[in-house]
Amino acid sequence: MPDDGRLICAEKVCKTYQTAETSGRLVLDHVDFSLFEGEIVAILGKSGSGKSTFLRVLAGLTPPTEGRVAYRGRAVDGPAQGIAMVFQTFALFPWLTVLGNVELGLEAQGVPRAERRQRALKAIDVIGLDGFESAYPKELSGGMRQRVGFARALVVNPDVLLLDEPFSALDVLTAETLRGDLMDLWIERRVPTKGIILVSHNIEEAVEIADRIIIFGSDPGHIRAEIPVTLPRPRDPASPRFQQIVDEVYAILTTVPGREAGRRGARGVEQVGIGYRIPAASIQQLVGLLDAISAPPYSGRADLPHLVESEHIEDEALFVLIEALQLLGFAQVAGGDIWATPVGRNFAEADLQTRKQIFADQLRRNIPLAAHIRKVLDERPGHSAPEGRFLAELEDHLSEEEAAEVLETMINWGRYAELFAYDYDRGVLSLENPT
Amino acid sequence: MQQRWGLPIVAWPSRLRPNYWDGIALPLVLGSIVLLAWASRQMSMPYRLGQTLAISLDPRYLPEYGLRTVLRMVLALVASLVFSLAYAALAAKSRRAEKLLIPLLDILQSVPILGFLSITVTGFIALFPGSLMGYECAAIFAIFTSQAWNMTFSLYQSFSAVPKDLHEASRMYHLSPWQSFWQLDVPFAMPNLIWNMMMSVSGGWFFVVASEAISVNGQDVKLPGIGSYIALAIEQRDLAGVGYAILAMLVLILIYDQLLFRPLLAWAQRFKVEAIGQDEIEPPWFLTMLQRARLFDLLRSLFDAAASLASLASRRALPAGAAQRLPRTRFAEARWIDYVWSAALLVGTLYTLYEIALFVQTEVGLHEVLYVLLLGFITLIRVVVLIALAAVIWVPIGVWIGLRPRLARRVQPIVQFLAAFPANLFFPVAVAAILRFHLNVEVWVSPLMILGTQWYILFNVIAGTLALPTDYQFVASNLGVSRWLWWRRLVLPGIFPAFVTGAVTASGGSWNASIVSEIVRWGNDTLVATGIGAYIAQATDKGDFPRIALGICVLCLYVLLLNRLLWRRLYVLAEERLRLD
Repeated sequence: MPDDGRLICAEKVCKTYQTAETSGRLVLDHVDFSLFEGEIVAILGKSGSGKSTFLRVLAGLTPPTEGRVAYRGRAVDGPAQGIAMVFQTFALFPWLTVLGNVELGLEAQGVPRAERRQRALKAIDVIGLDGFESAYPKELSGGMRQRVGFARALVVNPDVLLLDEPFSALDVLTAETLRGDLMDLWIERRVPTKGIILVSHNIEEAVEIADRIIIFGSDPGHIRAEIPVTLPRPRDPASPRFQQIVDEVYAILTTVPGREAGRRGARGVEQVGIGYRIPAASIQQLVGLLDAISAPPYSGRADLPHLVESEHIEDEALFVLIEALQLLGFAQVAGGDIWATPVGRNFAEADLQTRKQIFADQLRRNIPLAAHIRKVLDERPGHSAPEGRFLAELEDHLSEEEAAEVLETMINWGRYAELFAYDYDRGVLSLENPT
Repeated sequence: MQQRWGLPIVAWPSRLRPNYWDGIALPLVLGSIVLLAWASRQMSMPYRLGQTLAISLDPRYLPEYGLRTVLRMVLALVASLVFSLAYAALAAKSRRAEKLLIPLLDILQSVPILGFLSITVTGFIALFPGSLMGYECAAIFAIFTSQAWNMTFSLYQSFSAVPKDLHEASRMYHLSPWQSFWQLDVPFAMPNLIWNMMMSVSGGWFFVVASEAISVNGQDVKLPGIGSYIALAIEQRDLAGVGYAILAMLVLILIYDQLLFRPLLAWAQRFKVEAIGQDEIEPPWFLTMLQRARLFDLLRSLFDAAASLASLASRRALPAGAAQRLPRTRFAEARWIDYVWSAALLVGTLYTLYEIALFVQTEVGLHEVLYVLLLGFITLIRVVVLIALAAVIWVPIGVWIGLRPRLARRVQPIVQFLAAFPANLFFPVAVAAILRFHLNVEVWVSPLMILGTQWYILFNVIAGTLALPTDYQFVASNLGVSRWLWWRRLVLPGIFPAFVTGAVTASGGSWNASIVSEIVRWGNDTLVATGIGAYIAQATDKGDFPRIALGICVLCLYVLLLNRLLWRRLYVLAEERLRLD
């Protein structure tokens, strides 16, 4: 591969997770991607879209099943010198001080003690951790811990910086400050880093930071869209151009793939079958969101970025809720707006018992898994069935973990709708309620 | 700022000037070196079987005996540590090794420790002909077996539970496998390892007493030590001697607790992953000395230098990239090797069983096998009844103490101490009482089995009660819950997981103790209770290998069955339903 200003180049990357029984589950499907010198790329996608896995493939932490990844023209077959990573969970060694953590990478490279110390102190200084050198991570707040994470990455003078949702474990204010500091370092060229890849689920964050936004689609993970962001820096989140891009990203991210078959073309309609990974939305939040949309000021129709702000929902949680509302036929989404369907409006106006009735109807109509469970229970002589039976069916389509999560969500929804009952101790689904 | 007890990373030359802590440290270090040198000379004295080693009941010799006993303990502990690190690392890093090593460990764990002694002693003697070293090794090995499995399991579990992100970080920042092991895996495992070491050593005291007096082919060998001292006191019906031995052991355990475990526990705090503030421990004086005395700074900088050399060497030998080349084996191929490996393991297991059966069959008939199974069942009943009795007694007391946190804080160290104290030192007292009052042997020997292990139940019940959120109690009193309902709905479910942990430990310990407690002596009187422990002990005395093997196999079988059928289920129940979070 010629050196044409590309720092990282991924070609036709596929990743299959092998489980004991199934023949493997595809999580990344032919992803082509390049990181050019001097740019920041943000990767957005719902949870489970394989964006974190993709980052780990680029990092050399996990091998692709097919395809190849190159860093500066050389194939990546393990963590490469010159690529550093910052983790969502900070991943600091709790038994090392701030200084010890920052020195770790240098120590591993065999840098002499004196030079190590000097470089580490400089990195600590640059990232604003002065005075905390001898503190242990557990003494620090989340924001300070992540600063240690950044210092540890920057001290090795990385060519490429991989950021795996580095701000999502922090509160809004802390995240904003840290993000601002990072951008200052980048803009003022105070770090030798040539390119940054940021995995995120926060849309505003991506628009604020990135030169280019890649949007991942789910099941299996693939690149759905690519949006260049050419706004001059520093960017003003309140500006109309900024908001326009945010709206555009929301519109793409919140459309259920199956419902936009026309635009997707070649990939075809993804049928919502029994093995569909229904989003793990809680009933309370679903009902709350539907109520909020139906009530003033929205009165049935809401602009998504507004809704996020007024209801204090995280982007990631919002995607889950919206997908669930759409699947259940309570709401529809297009162009960054969400509006309640007639059923959804009925639901919002109904009393508790009627709500349950409506929910049950929608479950049986729109969620094949719910209809299937109910049918099995109706047909069985004792009107009960072990959960293992349904888990086994789900595991034909999903990983063990996902299957368990889907069934748990299904049981929650089914219990609320009084469509069926579940006995935790015996692990049995049935039609009878405890007397 | 809060004081840290972490060992400082750098030792500046200016800090190496002596201070007043060195006044204590220097004599302590030099003294220990001289004593160790002397004791290890003693260990390798020439010796032939049949020769008698002079053991005196004069209490003036007790410090010497105590030292030799401690040396055995220390050597066994070091051996256990090395073994655990290697074994657990192998089991945690290699999926195929795991398949063999973990079930093997499970079985090793249920083999009665004194069983190992009877099987291995002849081998060790052959290893060091004409020297006492063989016997010493056998005794040390017996102590080792009482400590190693537990520690290995703890390490293996910790190694497998190292957070994925920390592993990824260590790979991203190019730590070599060697560096990663010492910088990540071992520190992560440290708090649990030290806790388990403490439990193991507690068990070790019991077996050091039992393993110093070894019988080989009907010949008694008494290695100088507290265990032999008490064995002699029993032979000579010297109750005062028994008292001295108990006193000496008390002092020993107290010293070991102060010098080794209080400092270690406090030091291990910094390896905990959770936030600060949870059960902070006062820095013990010995740790303070280690950190303040300049002498140790000097030693530490030497150690640091050695460590960085090792790490440098490891980078040469195992560069970060080398072991981390991503495996690209095809899954079909990998699976095929898995099948072959599993089949090989199965065949190996069946063959071993067949060999054992063949060996046992040379001497023992089917009739005796059935008889031994019955003996095992009798011991099983003893264990179950005793655990139940201990639960009935200690659960209410433990809850009562646990509800008074200030009292509990004072009681817990005492209970820990009692658990560490080798209960077999008290056996002669009990036997003398049974003989004196003509009590039923079958019944009254049984409590000895649980004498040392019951404390684990008390300890865990107290800890479990302490962990019950006070909110629950407020709710209960707010709702006017009656006494009986309070027990049934709040306390018993609340402490259940802790109780199960304690009961499992107590039960395991009781099986082990059965070999020494179902057959007890006082002078020429020997009390024998019917049970598999007595069967194995008698076979050992005669050097009857087929019967020892049979007894141990049957005992293992019962322990495994009890673990699988009872304890593991209770564990799962506790984990799934009654955990507090």
